[in-house]
Amino acid sequence: MVQQHYTGEDETADEAKVVRMKFGKESLHVPAPAARPGDKPDFSRIAFDDAGAVSRPDPAAAARETFDLSFGLVRVLDDQGKLVGDWAPKIDPETLRKGLGHMMKVRAYDARMLRMHRQGKMSFYMTSTGEEAVAVAAAMALRGEDMLFPSYRQQGLHLVRGADLVDMASHCMSNARDNLMGRQLPVHYTRADLNLFSISGNLCTQFPQAVGWAMASAYKGESAVAASWIGEGSSAEGDFHVACTMAGVYHAPVLLNVVNNQWAISCYQGIAGGEETTFASKAIGYGFPGLRVDGNDFFAVWAATEWAAERARKGKGATLLELVTYRAGAHSTSDDPSRYRPKEEADAWPLGDPVERLKLHLVSIGEWSDDRHEQLGAEIADEVQKKLKEAESYGTLSDHKSVPPETLFDDIFKEMPKNLKRQREEYLSLR
Amino acid sequence: MPQQNMIQALRSAQDVLLERDPNVVIFGEDVGYFGGVFRTTDGLQEKYGKHRVFDAPITESGIVAAALGMGVNDLRPIAEIQFADYIFPGFDQIISELSRLRYRSAGQYWVPVTIRSPWGGGIHGGQTHSQSPEAFFTHIPGVKVVVPSTPYEAKGLLISSVEDDDPVIFFEPKRLYNGPFDGDWQGTAKSWSAHPGGDVPEGHYTIPLSQAKVVRPGAAATILVYGTMVHVAQAAVEVSGIDAEIIDLRTLVPLDLDTIVWSVQKTGRCVIIHEAPQTSGFGAELSAAVQEECFWHLEAPIQRVAGWDTHYPHAHEWDYFPSQARITRALERVMEA
Repeated sequence: MVQQHYTGEDETADEAKVVRMKFGKESLHVPAPAARPGDKPDFSRIAFDDAGAVSRPDPAAAARETFDLSFGLVRVLDDQGKLVGDWAPKIDPETLRKGLGHMMKVRAYDARMLRMHRQGKMSFYMTSTGEEAVAVAAAMALRGEDMLFPSYRQQGLHLVRGADLVDMASHCMSNARDNLMGRQLPVHYTRADLNLFSISGNLCTQFPQAVGWAMASAYKGESAVAASWIGEGSSAEGDFHVACTMAGVYHAPVLLNVVNNQWAISCYQGIAGGEETTFASKAIGYGFPGLRVDGNDFFAVWAATEWAAERARKGKGATLLELVTYRAGAHSTSDDPSRYRPKEEADAWPLGDPVERLKLHLVSIGEWSDDRHEQLGAEIADEVQKKLKEAESYGTLSDHKSVPPETLFDDIFKEMPKNLKRQREEYLSLR
Repeated sequence: MPQQNMIQALRSAQDVLLERDPNVVIFGEDVGYFGGVFRTTDGLQEKYGKHRVFDAPITESGIVAAALGMGVNDLRPIAEIQFADYIFPGFDQIISELSRLRYRSAGQYWVPVTIRSPWGGGIHGGQTHSQSPEAFFTHIPGVKVVVPSTPYEAKGLLISSVEDDDPVIFFEPKRLYNGPFDGDWQGTAKSWSAHPGGDVPEGHYTIPLSQAKVVRPGAAATILVYGTMVHVAQAAVEVSGIDAEIIDLRTLVPLDLDTIVWSVQKTGRCVIIHEAPQTSGFGAELSAAVQEECFWHLEAPIQRVAGWDTHYPHAHEWDYFPSQARITRALERVMEA
């Protein structure tokens, strides 16, 4: 049955009906990517400024003076590996080599974990291949006191903050060493001791929570800021609007990062609202800066993060950062990207590979070489292999070595209520 | 002892909490300068400053989420949702986040957040200012659900809720704000000043979040009830002349099953009352629990008196709202067998 629609009482009603029938459903605009499987990769719709093209305002500048940054691209490294423009941060070579090592380690860890997933050692995995700089450079530019509210593709934050790969992999395999006691899907890491918040699995919920955390920091008069990460796809959630509203209203010292990696599973960024504008520009309506940043440029991510953190610490409130990058791998182990995008797309991505770009810079200034790079790669591969082997010694999903299952009744409340005690007894009586 | 209505008692509780703990903050729609649409935060911003008692944008999801973030960062926020009917934009943050943060982080993070919200019918509020959505929140593990029935209870239970290290949803029966209500909507409005529940001590006191209260001892049957219906049930018992024991649950989660079982095993008969629609209401859980624990003591089928399985009507509010007559009939039925 069709619901009754008001069509007016005059004779134009029939005419309107005819128009609707003629254009039918085709008149509804549904965004589509420039290229699907079999097509040549095409990023011509996306604007990429040259390195150094946008200037860096004072971090304490009025928000309205920053609004053009939402449509440019903060980009420091040019194609020859040179630093260009006034966004270029001063980072010593030793720190840069550390950053390079972190990114390489994330990539090596991801690759090996993916293999272990195929061997049945965990139920699920998500790589961050191609977007390692987003998490690594941000974590290095922030302070340890800053609270991080990641989504599921920022494992680099954990590595930079010193999380041991044995612990990370143990969580993913839900083994006896899993600090989440087998309660969370893999890659939903939590480390309160490293100021890394619990990853929800529901999308964007952590964005307004980070705002609340930041409000509390401001309330207490502390210098710590909060930072959170979502993908461009989940910026369509109500909680994105909610977070931006709250952050704008209370000048919360928070960095709201939208990782625009072009794909939300099979939906290109236009489906989330990126077709007619940038994700960074959404900040304008909420009254705070939105920086569009080259997410594959270690320096640009660092510089933009540092700028936004300094702004927040000065009491000037929130910044939205759109990190333009490309998800080179699948969304997760549950999807096959060749079904929805051209296979060659990752290689054609105009902003390149964050690891290669930083390497090129270091080599160009005489602080790195192909030999050293190869050697570091081998050392990392060796370390990752050893760590993950050790993690396996605590059990994998397939050998069912986990924390005692009766712990599933713990941590619902601080003190276990009687109904749960009864249920636990019932469970234990049948074991 | 000073006489207070429930609004004054709730305000007093929040005053005590703000005074004692600098980490307590209060925020919500209209709670700051104006003092709340029901005046439960009246004067608190002036007394403690706008950084401690402040207005929030109209975003229940944002209010709950921000409270969670604050709770993780050492604060002990009291978030007001202006009407329980408005809680649903914040539902995901309660169900998917607040309730399970302690669990999913294996105890690394927890949230001492209290969500206060005016609840229930009887004020001619229509279908979006009258609902009783408690059952949704009792179904999800990890949140405590509290419903007071007098000013004294309201203050003691609210202080306990805020001092609790787990999230608490504190539903305030708004028909009871200004006086006890026995269901006689045509009668003269009563004041708390003539009711023992209006005796509210000054300063700090608590009521445990795990104990039901026998508000009327009786031998013939057990009535399980909370919120506004506690008073309607009391009136119905007086009218019916049936010597029913009335148990005010006060805290739905955690549930004081011991007191319920103790009473029903004694009386052998049970009537369950709430305003929310009957199907999948909290009464269904109570009925199942009583059946499991007291089956061999029961002399008659358990009776439920609840809102109809309709939405809450405006013009026909008193045809919907469980009446003394319906409770009396249920008591008679439970006594028949």
